[in-house]
Amino acid sequence: MTARDALAAETPPVAHRAPSSRDGMVTRRGRGLWLTHLGLILGVLFIFFPIWLAFVASTVTQAEIARPPMPLLPGDRLLENYGRALRSGVNAPVALMLGNSLVMALGIALGKIAISLLSAFAIVYFRFPGRRLFFWLIFLTLMLPVEVRIVPTYEVAAGFGMLNSYSGLIFPLIASATATFLFRQFFMTVPDELAEAARVDGARPMRFFFDILLPMSRTNIAALFVILFIYGWNQYLWPLLITTDPSMNTIVMGIKQMFPSGDDLADWPVIMATSILAMIPPVIVVIGMQRLFIRGLVESEK
Amino acid sequence: MATLSLRDVRKSYGRTEVIHGVSIDVSDGEFIVIVGPSGCGKSTLLRMVAGLETVTAGEIAIAGARVNDKEPMDRDIAMVFQNYALYPHMTVYDNMAYGLKIAGTPRAEIAERVNQAAELLQIGDYLKRKPRDLSGGQRQRVAMGRAIVRKPAVFLFDEPLSNLDAKLRVQMRLELRQLQRELGVTALYVTHDQVEAMTMADRMIVMNAGNADQIGAPLEVYERPATEFVAGFIGSPPTNFFVAGDRGRIGVRPEHLRVVDPAGAPLRGRVLNAEPLGAETLVHLRLDDGALVTVRQEAARLLPPEGDEVGLTWEGGREMRFG
Repeated sequence: MTARDALAAETPPVAHRAPSSRDGMVTRRGRGLWLTHLGLILGVLFIFFPIWLAFVASTVTQAEIARPPMPLLPGDRLLENYGRALRSGVNAPVALMLGNSLVMALGIALGKIAISLLSAFAIVYFRFPGRRLFFWLIFLTLMLPVEVRIVPTYEVAAGFGMLNSYSGLIFPLIASATATFLFRQFFMTVPDELAEAARVDGARPMRFFFDILLPMSRTNIAALFVILFIYGWNQYLWPLLITTDPSMNTIVMGIKQMFPSGDDLADWPVIMATSILAMIPPVIVVIGMQRLFIRGLVESEK
Repeated sequence: MATLSLRDVRKSYGRTEVIHGVSIDVSDGEFIVIVGPSGCGKSTLLRMVAGLETVTAGEIAIAGARVNDKEPMDRDIAMVFQNYALYPHMTVYDNMAYGLKIAGTPRAEIAERVNQAAELLQIGDYLKRKPRDLSGGQRQRVAMGRAIVRKPAVFLFDEPLSNLDAKLRVQMRLELRQLQRELGVTALYVTHDQVEAMTMADRMIVMNAGNADQIGAPLEVYERPATEFVAGFIGSPPTNFFVAGDRGRIGVRPEHLRVVDPAGAPLRGRVLNAEPLGAETLVHLRLDDGALVTVRQEAARLLPPEGDEVGLTWEGGREMRFG
């Protein structure tokens, strides 16, 4: 056997070692296990009960809600109530508001990721005058959330004619110090030799960014996307300010506007149906990305 | 395949000069090892040839053309890094093909060259795997494959074997040398391991604090070290230095010293301990003036008991003197 054969026969560290180490970790049995489960189940019921009530309220008539005791089992008006909410809503059709929210949340999440990836790339991989200054300026904006700078931001957005538009909903919220900082920390853990190897291979900076840095950051991107999508989806104050036209309303502010003011009669089944509908997209994103997120975490383990 | 020449190459960081002028002409297909302790500037020198560090003064030429201001990709070099620097998200095939892909090589030719290199390195079975599924030795091969497929004029190695275990290192050492001969590519190889330097080099550059103390064939450097540093650095166990009466401070290699009867010997010392290694034995002594000396002798020779006073002698032609 030559030296080469011996080397080729050497076995690689394959993944089947992992489960054995996990066995020892989660093998608590007996009463402790049942108690743990009981605690968790109680916790889930506690958290889930209000959502269940909202769901029940969205499937019955207004009269049934108003008459105590409130029903605890779903009624027969599910399709009717949801149909009414989606098509007409109270001020604007819920389907439209869901669409607006989706555009805004996606725009904010993707925009934030794109901008912070690029600025982190610039800060970590390039030497330019004022590099540290810019980094600290970005970092400083962490202390200035939208609420603090809302008046000047509104002034600027209005000056650009961005009231009642998607760009007005998205652009003012798109810069993210948190995401920039996170990507900066990640890029700093990427060995320098990788950038040097790419340079020797002939990759220009942007090529290195797209071919190597971006695929390596995919777990971070997935995690950030979940967080930022929900951040965008839950925006309330900013859309309330920037949109006056009901057709540009987002779902979160829409729910609030459905609440009765003065002597109006609230259409509770429709409001509850709207709330349930508003919850669905973030839940889909969390569940959908969770799989990718976890797979990414396991894969990038070295 | 090409020649490589360094003309009084210097490197400064700010006002601190770390490389004080290195010159060498490397002929086509030669294997040059740059050896020295950590911090001597050997990696910096290599990275200057690669184009990863700027050249402060002097000139680097590959195949007769000055490359000082060229980007690494335009220098016709390939580099193997200490930690391999494989792209973790790409398969072995893509890792090896990446440079060619950027250069715009046709798909069919990429496949042919990668497969050829994979066969040469016996990693054909792993082409679809990711680097994390490979052992250290296999990763090392992929890193080498990535360098080979580009068919560069000069190979640059930055301590490529130092992350492998001892046994594998010896295997890869032989193999790497054989591969370089087969391909006939000029190579520059950085290591801190003097055994690697001795066994692999056609010629070696012994670096000491930014200076090339000596450039020469391994045995020539071993036999006739130019400075006290080289004499002490090359050879294991290292050369003994001691003051021998009116002849002043001299160096004698351990294998040239003989333990003899103290009476009439030029030097005397006490035996500290002896290490039998099988074929040979290392005898450690402390001279009367406090200097430590190691003697390498055949296992068959008589072992002096610990604590005994003994004499030391050597042939006059074997002593080395440095001004």
